[in-house]
Amino acid sequence: MDTFYGMLTLTLIYSTPILVTALGGMFCEKSGVVNIGLEGLMGFGAFTGATVMYFVQGSASGPYFALLMGMLVGGIVSILHAYMCITLKSDQVISGTAINMFATGVTIYMSQIIFGQQRTVAFNESFTKTTYPLLSKIPFFGKFLFSNIYPTVFIALILVVISWYVLYKTSFGLRLRAAGENPHAVDSVGANVTKIRYSAVIISGLLSGLGGAMMILTQDIQYTSVSIHGTGFIAMAAVIFGRWKPAPILWASLFFGLSQILKIYSTSLGIFAALPLEFFDSFPYILTVIALVVFSGKGVGPKSSGVPYDKGQR
Amino acid sequence: MNNVVEMKDITKRFPGIIANSHVNFDLRQGEIHALLGENGAGKSTLMSVLFGLYQAEEGEILIRGEKVDIKDPNVATKIGIGMVHQHFKLVHNLSITENIILGVEPKNRWHQVDLKKGRAQVVALSEKYGLTVDPDELIENITVGMQQRVEILKMLYRNSNILIFDEPTAVLTPQEIDDLIIVMRNLVNEGKSIILITHKLKEIMAIADRCTVLRRGECISTVEVAKSNPSELAEMMVGRKVNLDLNKKEIDEHKTVMKIRNLSVKDSKGLDAVKNFNLDVRTGEIMCVAGIDGNGQSELIQGITGLTPCSGGTIEFLGKEIQNTKIRERTEMGLGHIPEDRQKYGLVMDFDIKENMVLQSYFKEPFSTHGKLNKEAIKEYSDRLVEEYDVRSSQGSDTTSRSLSGGNQQKAIIAREVDRSPALLLAAQPTRGLDVGAIEFIHKSIVAERDKGKAVLLFSLELEEVLSLSDKIAVIYEGEIVGVLDAKDATENELGLLMSGAKKGDLPDYE
Repeated sequence: MDTFYGMLTLTLIYSTPILVTALGGMFCEKSGVVNIGLEGLMGFGAFTGATVMYFVQGSASGPYFALLMGMLVGGIVSILHAYMCITLKSDQVISGTAINMFATGVTIYMSQIIFGQQRTVAFNESFTKTTYPLLSKIPFFGKFLFSNIYPTVFIALILVVISWYVLYKTSFGLRLRAAGENPHAVDSVGANVTKIRYSAVIISGLLSGLGGAMMILTQDIQYTSVSIHGTGFIAMAAVIFGRWKPAPILWASLFFGLSQILKIYSTSLGIFAALPLEFFDSFPYILTVIALVVFSGKGVGPKSSGVPYDKGQR
Repeated sequence: MNNVVEMKDITKRFPGIIANSHVNFDLRQGEIHALLGENGAGKSTLMSVLFGLYQAEEGEILIRGEKVDIKDPNVATKIGIGMVHQHFKLVHNLSITENIILGVEPKNRWHQVDLKKGRAQVVALSEKYGLTVDPDELIENITVGMQQRVEILKMLYRNSNILIFDEPTAVLTPQEIDDLIIVMRNLVNEGKSIILITHKLKEIMAIADRCTVLRRGECISTVEVAKSNPSELAEMMVGRKVNLDLNKKEIDEHKTVMKIRNLSVKDSKGLDAVKNFNLDVRTGEIMCVAGIDGNGQSELIQGITGLTPCSGGTIEFLGKEIQNTKIRERTEMGLGHIPEDRQKYGLVMDFDIKENMVLQSYFKEPFSTHGKLNKEAIKEYSDRLVEEYDVRSSQGSDTTSRSLSGGNQQKAIIAREVDRSPALLLAAQPTRGLDVGAIEFIHKSIVAERDKGKAVLLFSLELEEVLSLSDKIAVIYEGEIVGVLDAKDATENELGLLMSGAKKGDLPDYE
């Protein structure tokens, strides 16, 4: 039974970066901009987080500061994507791909400058797994939600609620959803499509940066060029799997998180032991491909997502 | 002074053309003022200037006697000008209420969007003006007529009292047009003033108080509708006498060229859009399939022309079953097609006219020898068609199709299809969105084909066109023919009943 609770906790921990990044991707696509650069933005967040963490180790608030910095850098880099996609009306897929390639190059280059090697120097301390005194005694939920867990999980869960509130209860959310479906309608009622889309892309940058930093600070000890290994793309799959809605995206992220930790348990779970370890390495990506094949092209995504807004066109 | 709008001496130039040249226009409190003109006459430009989408180079605008500078649509909205665009600006997966409040959302104490309050306002407005809508329904689930009511409510919600309607009836069924006319009367009675952009004379006669006619960017005249008549208005609009009466030759001998039996065609969702469909099309006869939009006409057209495979039944054309043959084979056999969506199926928009003219014949002599295109022959052929069919463009055969006006795009397609003189000409809504001058030309071309003894299969949503052009009318309802009648004996009322499925008519015996 302990293995079971342990699995649930680990699923939550591994889902966190996917979830946070996916929420960012959701905002972006809902406003009408496709962000394939989530992976790269996570990379910027992770690199910044790992670097800051190395320099501020020892202070209790250090990891939070590192998260914040990762988030900010992600947000700043995403302005580039916004500028290319919205102001210059360039192809959003190409812009996103450029961000991904840019991320790998710049982070390694910066590592070389700062640390004299192609990776950041490992940090010795970061977030620690905590068991919360009273809460962990709650039957069932206490066992996996409040035992041996990183505080980042709670940040992610709170973000789900905030995202839902912003999207469905505020006028910004209403306009954002409208901008992704029919920007002409938004424009014709006097709301500013450009501003809405810029905000959404920057939100996605902030959240991807945060997701990347969370990932590096909870699953790794340093940033390398392969630290993110496709998690940004898995987050994109989670957005599609979750049909562009906060709660379903939470479930989708948990599902992908689970697929990632199966490897760790593969030897102890009898039914999986027979399969080679490589299978579990590739499992999350196979699921991603399947999810994309099954759910794409069903016309459930925002209608104008990926299409630059052109006032003159009807 | 009871003029709510005065536009004085408005001039608006675009590169190469003057869209409005010293145009004067005024709107009185509580009137419906029609703005009439052919496509490209400058109606939309003038209203875009009023709504703040364009800035005029010269002239001034007075609203309720005060000079205003309308920089953008937000300014227009603030001073009470609202516009229902020809292409609705609605978000398909939001509710009606959400669409109406978008941009000026009511807020509650916690700064949340107050949907309840918005909904109550929408309900109040819809009751006051008789605009029936279901405030909670999503846009994608409602009819085009209701979508238009949502657009009207959007203006009313923003307290607009000068309402601009841009070709509001183009997308409506006859019944919906009647409803709209009632709504417009209600609005005027409640103190609103309306500008109606249109090129349909019948509507102007039915509803407008005054009418301003524009031609080639110039204001021709403003007349009291009650003291005018349709032919006078048409003449002012086109600049010459327009003859909409069609003189058809008497033809006694008919041969059946196409026999459609038990045909079914599925729509994009996989449902039967056309089922158990029977029809005969004969030489020297214009057979019209009439019905309300979305009753299977599109699928039927696609099935006959080969754009969509038929799921059952047979189409016999000149004695040969063609339901499984390729499109090119059907074209070569003598099936002409004037498609309903001219920009999607009719023309390659970024090709020039001459290339579009040989879309079905480019591979044949003389346009092509040994697989190489013969540019001169193509140009020569295209030049002839452009001349004969009066396709007006800036650079003749070398003009990109995209830059042609809608009417001239349609004329180019008509030229291509009619010049091949096909045994059967399938014309789907050949005059949709066109002005009187172009309609006159296209109708005459179609009748000329009929008089030559060719068969014509016409699809139309406009009752007027159905009645004036056809010899026989087959009414389609939910994918089936519910009645076939002689155009001579048909009345608008009877057609309306058949089209709405309220009544079944007589069907001939199909062996």
